[in-house]
Amino acid sequence: MAHELFDAFTQLFSMDPDVVNALRTSFSVSLSAILIAGIIAFPLGLLFGLAEFRGRRFIDIILNTLLFLPTVVVGLLGYMLLTRDGPLGQYHLLFTPAAIVFGQVILALPIILTMVSNSIRASDPRIIPTALSLGVGKLRAYIVLLGEIRGLILLTLLAAFARVISEIGASTMLGGNILGKTRTITTSISVLASQGETSKALALGVVLLFLVFAINIAVYAATHRSKT
Amino acid sequence: MPVPDPYTKSKYGLDKRYAVCYISLDNFIMPSREKIAMKNTIRSQMGYFMLITAVFLQTTLCSLASAQSSTGGASSPVSIKLVTCINDSGLLDRILPEFTSETGIQVDVISAGTGRALELAKAGDVDVVLVHDPDLERQFIADGYGLARYYVAQNEYAIVGPVDDPAHIASASNVMDAFRAIMDSESTFISRGDNSAINIRELEIWGELDATPSGSWYIQSGSPTLGAMLTMTNEMEAYTLTDTGTFRSMEDNLDIVILYPESSPSGESMLLNIYSIVSLNPDLHPDLRQDEVDALIEWITGPEGQNRISDFQMNGHVLYTVNPDGYADASTQAIGN
Repeated sequence: MAHELFDAFTQLFSMDPDVVNALRTSFSVSLSAILIAGIIAFPLGLLFGLAEFRGRRFIDIILNTLLFLPTVVVGLLGYMLLTRDGPLGQYHLLFTPAAIVFGQVILALPIILTMVSNSIRASDPRIIPTALSLGVGKLRAYIVLLGEIRGLILLTLLAAFARVISEIGASTMLGGNILGKTRTITTSISVLASQGETSKALALGVVLLFLVFAINIAVYAATHRSKT
Repeated sequence: MPVPDPYTKSKYGLDKRYAVCYISLDNFIMPSREKIAMKNTIRSQMGYFMLITAVFLQTTLCSLASAQSSTGGASSPVSIKLVTCINDSGLLDRILPEFTSETGIQVDVISAGTGRALELAKAGDVDVVLVHDPDLERQFIADGYGLARYYVAQNEYAIVGPVDDPAHIASASNVMDAFRAIMDSESTFISRGDNSAINIRELEIWGELDATPSGSWYIQSGSPTLGAMLTMTNEMEAYTLTDTGTFRSMEDNLDIVILYPESSPSGESMLLNIYSIVSLNPDLHPDLRQDEVDALIEWITGPEGQNRISDFQMNGHVLYTVNPDGYADASTQAIGN
């Protein structure tokens, strides 16, 4: 087994083009998903964390429920939206990397929304009034607030990234697992495992974890430098 | 004496304290008129925000879509989507790159069982289908979804199981007898239970026996692919029905062996497994890449494709044979008709 695993690693590090493609697809798709979800969810989460309105608690509960969305359900919903006869069928996105991005945005949105709004509620309530009293504009005050909770924001992004890079249901159903195009690391692992290539599949899993580990080191370094 | 912190003493309690700054501040900093003004701003900003999000989503979708269609431009190859259940054996991974280099047409292969493959084709999500259930294919064409079907390749179904063969199926006289032996000895049998062509054939064989398999020995796995199914069968030392091609391509990783038929091809009609490529009805799906699909069909059914299929070997075994004689029926049609 150890010998097989070693062989699998040598094969991976000799840069098998399929593996390289899967890595590229996984990271570009998941990073785009986080970017798009972030652009949508950050301002919404900010407003939602600050505003007081009727039904806020209800929305809280709905958002918390959406955190538990099974990835295959997102795949199914995405399929129903993106299929030719579906409401978004005209864009011809099904079985393309963009379709996986679409599914992963849906998965990441509730995570970013809840974590950002909760971070804001847990932050010091004097931040905005203080900033305003110092004469800055409202937009600037929000930016100050986001700056104060930047550690939590990074954590939010990491949590959302972890959710989307490791999912397989939406990738399979929306991407179609096309070799060289929409095959991601997780779907590669499942293909290899189903073909009985266990060591290769495991090696690929280790590569994914290793890359995520590197990202975590970078994030850790960035947050700790900014605090001193 | 320390200055009392207005927030911890808030009459709204702990929860409200964290909720919103301009309420928990209790008029200390902001008079109520400003409070209302700010609430209104936030409310109107919400509206703006929704609008901006909608516009943003629309433009993202459009740009993604145009990025997708621009990949079909002169610089990069045109691609068509083929949905198939033949994918686990590695045949298409081997032969399709040669088609692409000869014609410049890229083929995106999506794996799905025959049932799901035909559903995707009905919805128009793919351009062409390569499956192996003649009855379903004929029905698909009769219902107006498909245009015609063409012979691609064939092999046989076989029963695989543990080497010691506890149900003694190796000596069976036909596949129905072998199934009966498994049922009578209550040896573990794994069914795919997913409306794939193999699952349908398995149910047909039980149907021939007038038997309804049930009990703890009969396992419906719902494995996503035949490969996963064979790995599971191997792990559970069970029996299952497979096609010889996919099994041979994975044999090195498995302990189970082909037990019935003893030698392949057996010529038994119940075991015959024919793969066909089915073109779709362009009237239903006007944006179908019909010319590219025709090129693929012509290539794969012509000498270039057929020779490559019969030359294809894995682990020293020929996985598919090519013998289209006697295939033609009302649902088949020559290219160009």
